[in-house]
Amino acid sequence: MSLFDWFANRAKSESPMQQRHQEREIADGLWTKCPSCGVLTYTKDLQANLMVCSECNHHLRVDSEERIQQLIDPQTWKPINEEVEPVDPLEFRDRKPYKDRLRDYQNKTHLKDAVQTGTGLLDGLPVALGVMDFRFMGGSMGSVVGEKLCRLIEYGTNEGLTVIIICASGGARMQEGMLSLMQMAKISGALERHREANLLYIPVLTHPTTGGVTASFAMLGDIILAEPKAMIGFAGRRVIEQTLREKLPDDFQTSEYLLHHGFVDAIVSRTQLKKTLANLISLHQPFYPVRHLQQSDSQELNHHTMNHHTMNHHQATQTPIQSFEQS
Amino acid sequence: MSKPRSFLLDFEKPLCELESRIEQIRELAQENNVDVSDQIAELEEKAEQLRQEIFSSLTPAQRLQLARHPRRPSTLDYIQAMSEEWFELHGDRHSSDDPALVGGVARLDGIPVVMLGHQKGRDTKDNVARNFGMASPGGYRKAIRLMEHANRFGMPILTFIDTPGAWAGVEAEKQGQGEAIAFNLREMFSFDVPILSTVIGEGGSGGALGIGVGDRILMFEHAVYTVATPEACAAILWKDASKSGQAASALKITAWDLKELGILDQILPEPSRGAHADPLAAAGVLKTVLKENLEELMQLTPGQRKERRYQKYRAIGQFQAA
Repeated sequence: MSLFDWFANRAKSESPMQQRHQEREIADGLWTKCPSCGVLTYTKDLQANLMVCSECNHHLRVDSEERIQQLIDPQTWKPINEEVEPVDPLEFRDRKPYKDRLRDYQNKTHLKDAVQTGTGLLDGLPVALGVMDFRFMGGSMGSVVGEKLCRLIEYGTNEGLTVIIICASGGARMQEGMLSLMQMAKISGALERHREANLLYIPVLTHPTTGGVTASFAMLGDIILAEPKAMIGFAGRRVIEQTLREKLPDDFQTSEYLLHHGFVDAIVSRTQLKKTLANLISLHQPFYPVRHLQQSDSQELNHHTMNHHTMNHHQATQTPIQSFEQS
Repeated sequence: MSKPRSFLLDFEKPLCELESRIEQIRELAQENNVDVSDQIAELEEKAEQLRQEIFSSLTPAQRLQLARHPRRPSTLDYIQAMSEEWFELHGDRHSSDDPALVGGVARLDGIPVVMLGHQKGRDTKDNVARNFGMASPGGYRKAIRLMEHANRFGMPILTFIDTPGAWAGVEAEKQGQGEAIAFNLREMFSFDVPILSTVIGEGGSGGALGIGVGDRILMFEHAVYTVATPEACAAILWKDASKSGQAASALKITAWDLKELGILDQILPEPSRGAHADPLAAAGVLKTVLKENLEELMQLTPGQRKERRYQKYRAIGQFQAA
């Protein structure tokens, strides 16, 4: 046995133990492995960094609960329409009945369906927020997603609120057939009214945003933001590859690709998302002409506006540069 | 010239056999100078019965075959058959003119209208040029340009849906297929003029919906409207593309299904054996129904129409709220 073999054997005999050790720690949830670069990070550190790998900037998937925590000021989140639950209108059954599928996902995620909606403060600014949850049937859009988003947008229109929707979806939910497809129109109609009221709507496209969601509310933002390297598209990559019988470029249908072709306004790192949203919203607050801001009763408001101005100025020099670095 | 193909569908075969037998008997009788008119009348009655049996109990998969029938009248066939005047308009005014989505100004029984729709080809060569009715972003942008035109001049908008789906290709993604469709969905809610959308053949998913927001949705009895093609659905949910027949049933894609789901407003009857058996009769039905609906919608104010259009879609969906 050469020295080299000895080292090789030693490595072999050690590795299973090390592996088991690693696996247990990952299983315990203490450590999380980055699916992109493979680096292990202490989960609490990763969470503190909003599930963005500090090594390679990969954005790990976050569920709707975490997303709300990341964006909404503590103790200000008020969920709405939580009681809206899916039914099985077509009595759909593929390899498994839709009813069973729904129940399984509900047990697994503790959600009723693939979206959470509500209101809250984002850096002190009131918003109507919808967050899709990819864990629930791939974030697919059926009647409940459509209804809850529609009610959220209508609420935003009535209350004069900015609407933000965090998109993450495989598209329309086939198990509800045409009812799912029609949700695209229904939500777009609600957005038309929100727009008519000159209110701001910002969708944030996260990995993945595809199909019927892309072909409706994801692409209807006054301003459209995307997380780095998210997959965003209308038709599935595999479908296109099959029809064309050729391999597609690696960056096809990424956030960067969409930015390059003019379909998103900026790519924003998750660690900058809340700040960026706050700045954009405050930039779009109706400007109060000075004559309305006379005397002492308006001093508070004046102060408020001034604050935002300084903040915006400060941010304006930062955010764009960061987004270009990432792209 | 090549012999015209008959495009016989499987389920039509028994009917066709019977019909050709009747023809044979008639010829034989004529040659031999025998009067068989009683027997022929009896057989023809039988054929009619068989025809009704077959066409009244079509499975969703069979209806899909009819909806995709190569001889089925297309958007341009209907437009040309229905309108007294027709002037096709071209181009999205950005960079393209999509042959898979056509439109223009027309006169329908005296009323100036804008008509537009997906256009499938009439033969293989035409189909390649028309991309089998699968529109590109430029097609949807042309459509919205024509609709804006209609809205500006107070012309009702008539759209005709007949597509397997929006084109899924690299160029389409690059040009923003999702954005093009999404934009149309939102804008169609803003128009003051009446909008009637008719599914004349295949209503394929987002590509169909992209010109499909209307005050009323109409559909021919053998047309289908799907969230995803049954083939794609079978491949994804059953992991087996051969289960498309099952998927077609499960997805609820027929006019009657959609009426029950509260999506469809009116089912248009087709000539016996389908619209392709008598395109002019089908166009006659379509024209009458469009006129009736337009007359009703024109009684309303723009505000009322917009409100009802909104409420129509607002009410679609099934869920429970404790």
